[in-house]
Amino acid sequence: MDESLLRTLTPAVLAVLVRRGADFAAAEDAVQDALVEAVRVWPDDPPRDPKGWLVTAAWRKFLDAVRADTSRRHREVRVDREPVPGPGEAADDTLQLYFLCAHPALTPASAVALTLRAVGGLTTRQIAQAYLVPEATMAQRISRAKRTVSDVRLNRPGDVSTVLRVLYLVFNEGYSGDVDLAAEAIRLTRHLAAGTEHEEVAGLLALMLLHHARRPARTGADGRLVPLAEQDRSLWDTRLIAEGVGILQAALARDRLGEFQAQAAVAALHADARCAAETDWVQIVEWYDELVRLTGNPVARLNRAVAVGEADGPRAGLTALARLDPSLPRHTAVAAYLHERDGDLTTAARLYAEAARSAPSLPERDHLTRQAARLNAELRG
Amino acid sequence: MAKYLLLKHYRGGPAPLDDVPMDRWTPEEVSAHARYMDDLAARLEGNGEFVDSQALSSEGTFVRHDGEGRPPVTDGPFAETKDLIAGWMVIDVETYERALEVAGELSAAPGAGGKPVREWLEVRPFLSPCVNVTD
Repeated sequence: MDESLLRTLTPAVLAVLVRRGADFAAAEDAVQDALVEAVRVWPDDPPRDPKGWLVTAAWRKFLDAVRADTSRRHREVRVDREPVPGPGEAADDTLQLYFLCAHPALTPASAVALTLRAVGGLTTRQIAQAYLVPEATMAQRISRAKRTVSDVRLNRPGDVSTVLRVLYLVFNEGYSGDVDLAAEAIRLTRHLAAGTEHEEVAGLLALMLLHHARRPARTGADGRLVPLAEQDRSLWDTRLIAEGVGILQAALARDRLGEFQAQAAVAALHADARCAAETDWVQIVEWYDELVRLTGNPVARLNRAVAVGEADGPRAGLTALARLDPSLPRHTAVAAYLHERDGDLTTAARLYAEAARSAPSLPERDHLTRQAARLNAELRG
Repeated sequence: MAKYLLLKHYRGGPAPLDDVPMDRWTPEEVSAHARYMDDLAARLEGNGEFVDSQALSSEGTFVRHDGEGRPPVTDGPFAETKDLIAGWMVIDVETYERALEVAGELSAAPGAGGKPVREWLEVRPFLSPCVNVTD
């Protein structure tokens, strides 16, 4: 039973139903029902044409649901004749689903949930597990999202940047429960990139691949966070790096820079260095300058201060940092790092301990506590 | 089976026995402490006794309603004297004695010098959401 094949087919099947006139919410329910049936039936009786099978099954489920629920009859759906299922659905149909699921009327959390379900083909239970909320809560979030976009017509392209933001959010959620959301985000972004010619889609895909390539090195055996400079670079996935760099170069060559391409360029420069000391920090500062120019994002400014600290020395980094809002997340951690590099271990230890108290995640808190502990031990001699 | 909440406090519990702050331990001791907690949770999961475990940020605010159409009143961030919860574990165990035993194990997590930290944990039984008709 090839579950990944099922999930790959999900958005295409859903798109067929929507194009035939089914409203999005009902079509989505019908596709989920068809998937459940496929999981039950296929192991004993594998179909010759899996997509055709799913389209037929989903359309039947949809018709059953419409017939069973008289209140739905008034909807503008032609239920009296069953179109012949067949091939020839354009890839565009699926792309429209991405836009629908990332519709600006949805909150980010709803758009993420709907995308994972309707485009990704994950079950509500899997999505709930990944986001550590009860299944009933996630079911409500998804059904409210479906109602919100139910009346949206799929007749004009949406804004691709909203789709990219949703995919980026999914990617950053990483890994919890039995679903690897980072891998799922890459899969969906790959699919999107295959059907569009947008530089920022390519930029985001490159960024994801380059970050994903470093994942095996990012955590130690006991689950602790390993900072970039200390990572065992032989654990980096060179195949993913090569792919990411290739995609990024092709995108940059088109000379329409965007924030994801700039972020990917920073990631590519890190990936390029055989050891931390070989990192081209001067170029990284330049890319952060671009990123700040493109977005004005304070987090980009904070990262820029770190890069300046490496390129021009910790004093220069601290000067750049002094211009930023101290309430920025991770500001204290960056200050601690730069003070340590500057040789002021007492201040660094105090700031690491302070940063640990306001850390946004457990691995970061433990990491920052260890940094403080390490310096305090050094200071005790 | 009955559920118990094992509460860990940053502040507000009985005075700690051994109060070396974590950033005064060695990095290895910090790692060993975290590993002990993970191992214990995994063991309880294996036993079928683990329900949930969460850590809380050390920041918090008290909030209350202040009348229709008015923004809620806030108090905080917490003053130093206020109780501050650091996190919890929820277990589902056969007896109260077993709940105390698990809390004791949690409290034995290694600290400075590898010795048990012996921090205080508050054990709170859950109120059952339904009446047990067979009692």
